[in-house]
Amino acid sequence: MSAAPVVPIRSDVDDPSIRAPLVLGKQNFATVSDSVSQIVERKAPKTWLLLLGLAVSILAILGGSLVDLVSTGIGRWGNNQPVGWAWDITGFVFWIGIGHAGTLISAILFLFRQKWRTSINRAAEAMTIFAVMAAGIYPAFHVGRVWLLYWVFPIPNQMTVWPNFKSPLLWDVFAVSTYATVSILFWFVGLVPDLATLRDRATTRTRQIVFGIFALGWRGSHRHWLNYERAYMILAGLSTPLVLSVHTIVSFDFAVSVLPGWHTTIFPPYFVAGAVFSGFAMVITLMVIVRKAFGLEHMLTMRHLENMAKIILATGTMVGYAYAMEFFIAWYSGNDYERFAFINRAFGPYKWAYWTMVSCNVFIPQLFWFKKVRTSIPAMFVISIFVNIGMWFERFVIIVTSLHRDFIPSSWGYFRPTLIDISTFFGTFGLFLTMFLLFLKFLPSIAMSEVKGVMPAADPHHHGDRHEAHEGLAGGTGNEDRHESDPEVVHA
Amino acid sequence: MPEPKTKSRKAHALVGYFDTPADLFHCCETLRDEGYKDFDAHTPFPVHGLEHAMGLRPSRLPWIVLAAAAFGLSSAYLMQWWMGGVDYPLNISGKPSFALPSSIPIMFELTVLCSAFGTFFGMWGLNRLPRYYDPVMKHPSFGRATDDKFFIAVEAKEEKYDPEGTRALLEKLGAKELLEVEP
Repeated sequence: MSAAPVVPIRSDVDDPSIRAPLVLGKQNFATVSDSVSQIVERKAPKTWLLLLGLAVSILAILGGSLVDLVSTGIGRWGNNQPVGWAWDITGFVFWIGIGHAGTLISAILFLFRQKWRTSINRAAEAMTIFAVMAAGIYPAFHVGRVWLLYWVFPIPNQMTVWPNFKSPLLWDVFAVSTYATVSILFWFVGLVPDLATLRDRATTRTRQIVFGIFALGWRGSHRHWLNYERAYMILAGLSTPLVLSVHTIVSFDFAVSVLPGWHTTIFPPYFVAGAVFSGFAMVITLMVIVRKAFGLEHMLTMRHLENMAKIILATGTMVGYAYAMEFFIAWYSGNDYERFAFINRAFGPYKWAYWTMVSCNVFIPQLFWFKKVRTSIPAMFVISIFVNIGMWFERFVIIVTSLHRDFIPSSWGYFRPTLIDISTFFGTFGLFLTMFLLFLKFLPSIAMSEVKGVMPAADPHHHGDRHEAHEGLAGGTGNEDRHESDPEVVHA
Repeated sequence: MPEPKTKSRKAHALVGYFDTPADLFHCCETLRDEGYKDFDAHTPFPVHGLEHAMGLRPSRLPWIVLAAAAFGLSSAYLMQWWMGGVDYPLNISGKPSFALPSSIPIMFELTVLCSAFGTFFGMWGLNRLPRYYDPVMKHPSFGRATDDKFFIAVEAKEEKYDPEGTRALLEKLGAKELLEVEP
């Protein structure tokens, strides 16, 4: 599918004339529409059906676990004194963190004009939404009576009592629900022009009606694009501080407490870096499979993957710095409890978890310094899995090791997960994968209108003066060079 | 504005398309310089700078978002102050029942939430969408406006619109499949 580029391409330079293009091969606007829309229009491939079957079976495990949990009680999870918070909050933070890469790609890289984001942003945003859904399972069910979940919102009730606005857990309710809502709005806004493309290509009545309804009558009017682009920019501008605030507030769940090991000011930036780190690992894990399965190698190129590997290296190193800094501060504070918490973390009964975390998150990603590793798909796939595992362990280590040895040795304990703990967490992967597979099949998984917009043929002044393009004052003169005749390789 | 009788009786707009954004860009510039106002471009992606070529004003959306943000911020403050400080003060570890620092996270989140709703609904409102029918969709090739063609539509209500003259102008600029669409 991916035609070999004609000029040698490099992804380590910024000079647009030799830098790797974002879309490989002989592509024009129509072939972009075709290769993305075909996934939706063709019959589902056998592998997809197989994977969906597998994902739905795992989802059923989640369903079974939750039925058991609700019908019996929260005690089915292994949380108990002294470890009152364990796999539930670990799973919550793990999934929320994964979601953050989606927002980083769609919003922050947009604001930084990183055009390479265009082919991965749609799937990454979808990943965000599904990861937040998976995360939401935990607080929703940990309240015990899930049907009373609405009590977390400030809705008048028969007890005439309001929620405690001083609690970080309530801040989390607002942060996560805002995050989920804004992510969905942003995603939908991005989808509308592509849904219109699918509507206009539709050959069946069902597709015409369904895509027709959701495309909202979009007709590509430039008067609309003008408001649309402004809206997209504003949503990106809103999502950027939002995503930072969400993981900051998630870290407040711990940092605002007075527990040694949790009560540290480094948590907000440390959690945000970790979230981006884990999220990009998940994006690589998924993209490596998706580009192969749907033949999208010409749009999800090695340059995209290599850029993501670099972000993993950068954020992984930040996380490593945070681990070291926590230890330094524990020593420097001179506080015995603080020192004990950290020595116990690294050399206590959970040292196996701690060193798994350090190996997966700090040591292994250092391999990305080597270009050979950064550009090897099997290598980056394996490393991304290690990072996923390592980041789960990071949350586990922070949460459980800080709790399991309380201030007096009589209240020391060792947490072991129950079967329901394990099956609930395993099941959330079923939810995530089911949603993601449905998305891949039924919605445009690559933002067609955005990819078209970064192709050189999209620039009305491809060879002209760019300032004139911006100001539009040239009045037609100097813009005669408009024979865009399909370059062999489109440089963006 | 009532439509003068002398102008094209039934037509809503003259619609044609170009193969490249550059041609469309040039066409819009020409129309703008000729004094046309009621014309629109329909493109598969936002062509960079086309609003200048068309002589459009910047979007008014930011003002709507600003209003929504102000609403979100102030309502979050008032909500926390009234619920936590006045209506049902909770004594949690002797902390004040209402204080600004602990209110900031929710004030921030609700500001973002309301701004996002303002952006979302404001944008569709300014665009008068959803609206499932528009006369330009009658052009037989209009489906390609979301694929790979760059459409121009000059409305008949445009003062400068002249069925022959405008057609000749667009043809000269290279527009293809020029057709008058009915309302």
